[in-house]
Amino acid sequence: MISTARAILRKDLLIEWRTKESVPAMVLFSVTVYVLFHFGLDRDSLDGELASGVLWVTMLLAAVIGVTRLFAAEREQGGIDGLLLAPVDRTSLFVAKAAALFLFLTAVELVAVPTFALLLLGPGLGGAFPELLAILALGNLGIAAVGALVAALAAETRARELIVPLLLLPLLVPLLIACAQATEPLMRQDAGTEDLGRWLSVLTLYDVVFVLLSVAVFDFLLED
Amino acid sequence: MYSKGLAPLAAAAAVTITTALALVFFYAPNDADQGFVQKIFYIHVPMAIVALCGFVAGGIFGIRHLRSGDRSWDMRSYVAIHLSIILGLAVLITGSIWAKASWGHWWLWDEPVLVSFLVVFLLYCVYYPLRFSIEDPDRQARYSSVFAITAGAFVPLNFIAVRLAEKYTHPRVLSQTGGSLPGEMRLTFLVALLGMALLFVTLWKLELTAKHASMQLKRLRNRARVAA
Repeated sequence: MISTARAILRKDLLIEWRTKESVPAMVLFSVTVYVLFHFGLDRDSLDGELASGVLWVTMLLAAVIGVTRLFAAEREQGGIDGLLLAPVDRTSLFVAKAAALFLFLTAVELVAVPTFALLLLGPGLGGAFPELLAILALGNLGIAAVGALVAALAAETRARELIVPLLLLPLLVPLLIACAQATEPLMRQDAGTEDLGRWLSVLTLYDVVFVLLSVAVFDFLLED
Repeated sequence: MYSKGLAPLAAAAAVTITTALALVFFYAPNDADQGFVQKIFYIHVPMAIVALCGFVAGGIFGIRHLRSGDRSWDMRSYVAIHLSIILGLAVLITGSIWAKASWGHWWLWDEPVLVSFLVVFLLYCVYYPLRFSIEDPDRQARYSSVFAITAGAFVPLNFIAVRLAEKYTHPRVLSQTGGSLPGEMRLTFLVALLGMALLFVTLWKLELTAKHASMQLKRLRNRARVAA
């Protein structure tokens, strides 16, 4: 199962490397949203609640792009038939897709978070490490699990581009709450870490529930 | 096949709801703090509880459908979610009215139950576009069940997260669990809750019967057309 998942993941990363479709689009989109927030809020620098809110809302919106494109290669080129004809366990397909999404999100954050600090963040990122890394990792894991499930759910519908954001964003509300609340003290002028443990445990609970749930129900998607 | 026991169930629902309304207006005392307005509580809270139970029941029916492959379970799940969404809209409206009357605002973001309910409602509204944009009936049933299970598990998780995010506990006249309700109010509330639950089950069976009948009619028509 692991080797199958690794093969699919390798294929996805190779496609992304050659076409450069999802990740650059997500990065570009994130930066555009920062510009929108700059003008929409009419603020030159943000801190505290506003900063963590803008950072995480932008991440979730960028994730929508990645999730919409997650099964694009399979669908457009008919590769899904090949994948389903091959004796591939659905769980390994889920693991591969979630891992690909996780890596895409990490790649996006490598650029988008420093850009955010440069463009909008008042206090600077220095005080936020290493706690921010843990929050980003747990947040990415949750987005990846829910995103792979939503992508598979929407893959067979007619109104795919419509279903993905409508389904993904409400499902991510608890994740947004936990991530934004955990990040908020780190982005204050006097960076603190209160309540970090509580929010990290909420995030972990969310991740565990959705990883298990997605593995359990993924078998019933993308059949026939 | 679904209509068994429908008539007595409907009668029981009618009687219980009439009793509940009578109790609300003639038996339960006016709330000392909020006065007459508080009586919307006997409609609003039972509707919310029944709607949430309906969502979770939809998820459980979804599990049974995926396990057995029997599409009638998907139909049960669909009707439960459909009715819960209608109730959910009523919950949001009555909740908003109650908030305006007792707190002076149509919407309060620091009221975790209200906010969680809105998120859950928004998620379940996507059930329709998802379900009806899949044509193949088997696949439609399967995908809808997966949605029902995912969203059913999401309901408690969302309530935990939103409740934790609340910073200021709103001063409450009475706790919604009914734990601190005076005796007469609690009795009225329980009767109202029972009435709402019976109404839900009645409507659910009725809708299933109607769906079953119309499907059978379609099948017979097709057969008649083939024969002719």
